Amino acid sequence: MTWLRDHLVDVLGLAGQHIYLAGLPLVLGLLIALPLGWLARRYRVLYPFLIIGTGLLYTIPSLALFIMLPLLLGNGILNPNNVVVAMTIYTVALLVRTVADGLGSVPDDVNQSATAMGYRRVRRFTSVELPLAVPVISAGLRVAAVSNVSIVSVAALIGVSQLGSLFTDGFNRAFLDPIVVGVVACVLLALLFDGAILAVTRLVTPWQRADKAPA
Amino acid sequence: MISRILAWLVDGAHWQGDDGILRRVSEHLGYSLTALVIAAVIAIPLGLYVGHTGRGRILVVNAVGSARAIPSLGLLFLAVLWLGPRFRGDIAFLAPTGLVLVVLAIPPILSGAYAGVGGVDPAARDAAKGMGMRGTEVLRHVEIPCALPLILSGIRSAMLQVIGTATIAAVVGLGGLGRLLIDGLAVRDTPQTASGAVLVALLALTMDMALALIQRSVVSRGLTGRYDKVQRIGSGNRAATGPTPARTMQHSI
Repeated sequence: MTWLRDHLVDVLGLAGQHIYLAGLPLVLGLLIALPLGWLARRYRVLYPFLIIGTGLLYTIPSLALFIMLPLLLGNGILNPNNVVVAMTIYTVALLVRTVADGLGSVPDDVNQSATAMGYRRVRRFTSVELPLAVPVISAGLRVAAVSNVSIVSVAALIGVSQLGSLFTDGFNRAFLDPIVVGVVACVLLALLFDGAILAVTRLVTPWQRADKAPA
Repeated sequence: MISRILAWLVDGAHWQGDDGILRRVSEHLGYSLTALVIAAVIAIPLGLYVGHTGRGRILVVNAVGSARAIPSLGLLFLAVLWLGPRFRGDIAFLAPTGLVLVVLAIPPILSGAYAGVGGVDPAARDAAKGMGMRGTEVLRHVEIPCALPLILSGIRSAMLQVIGTATIAAVVGLGGLGRLLIDGLAVRDTPQTASGAVLVALLALTMDMALALIQRSVVSRGLTGRYDKVQRIGSGNRAATGPTPARTMQHSI
C-alpha cells in the first residue's frame, strides 16, 4: 500500500496510457467492423470468408503481432501506434461476427415494416437495423473491451509503457507490490470499460427499459 | 527485412540442435497440450454438471467473466515470484508457469461446456426423457452431442490462449518458441525475433485448424446439416429447414 501511495502519479499516468491503448482500438475496431459485418450479412457468400478471415487474425498470439507489426508498418518497435493497430485488429476480429449476428437478430417483419414505411436502405440501416442490433453488438464490445485491457499489458515486453510496465518492473526487481497494483488496476480498468459500454448501451436503447417497466 | 527473416528461417542451423526451431516447436506443443488436457479434465465435467443441473450457473458465469479481465502477464509474474521459491531446480519456474497456463485455459472450456449443455433445445431433452432416458443417459446421448460444437470452440479458444501465454512465458524462463522472441528482443536480433513471431503465429493457426478439422469430423451431421448429396435428396428439404439439435438422436442411439 505504501508503494502505491508513493507511486500513485506514475500509476495513474500508466493507467491513462492503458486507457488510450485499449480504448481507441475499441472505437476504431467498431467503426471497421460495422461495414464488414453489414457486408457479411448483406452478401451471404461473403459471410464465411469474412468470419473465417477475421477469426484467423484472432489466432495470432499478441506478442507475435506486437513484434510483426512494427516491421510491416515500418514503425519503430517502441511506437505505441503498433499496439493501437494490433488491438484494432483483435477488436475487428471479435466484432465482425457480432455485428453480423446482431444485424441478423433484427426480426424480418421489422425490416419489412420499415421498408413499407418508406425507409430506404441506408436510413433503414442507421435508424432501424443498427439500433435494434445494439444489444448484441454491445455484448461483443464488452468482451473485446475486457480482453483488450488484458492483452495491452503484454506490450510491456516490447517496451511500450502502460500498466503492464508495472509487471515487468516488479518482476525484474523480484518485487511483488507493483505487480499486484498492476493486476488490480487492470481488473478495475476492465470493469470501468465494461460499465461505460453498459451505460452507453442503456442510453441508446431506451425501449429495453420501457419493456421492463410496469405498464 | 522480409528477405532477412526468410534467410533466418531457411538456415538449416536454426532448425537443429537443443535450441533449434524443431525442439522449440515440440516444447511449445508439449506445454500447451499438457495444460490444455489438464484444464479440460477439470473444466469439462464441471461445465457439463453446471449446464445439466443449472446449479451454480450464476457463480460460474461471473467467475468466467471476471477471469477474462485478469492480465495473463501479471498473473504469470505473480505466480513465479510467489510460488517459485517454494520449489527447487527447474520445477521452480515450470510449476508456477504450468499452473498459470492451466488456470487461463479453464474459463473458456468451462463456458463452452456449460453454455453448450445449457443451450440444448429443451424439446430434445424432453423427447429423450419421454423415450425413457435417465439423467446421465440424456447427458451422454443428447446433451453432450448437441453441445459438442460449443464445447470444442471453448477448447479452441483455450488452445489459443495457452499457446499465446506459453509464448510470453519465455520471459520467466520457459522454453518453446517464445524463447526466439524474448531472446531475440534481448539481444536486438530482429530477424530471429520476427521469425519467432511468424512461427508462433503459424503454430497457433495450425493448431486452430487442426481442432477445427476435429470439430468438423466429430460433430454430428444432424447439427451441422452437412449431408452428402444422395442423402440430401433422400431426406427431402432437411437442409433447407435447418438442423435441429433433436436430430442428433438418430446418430447416437
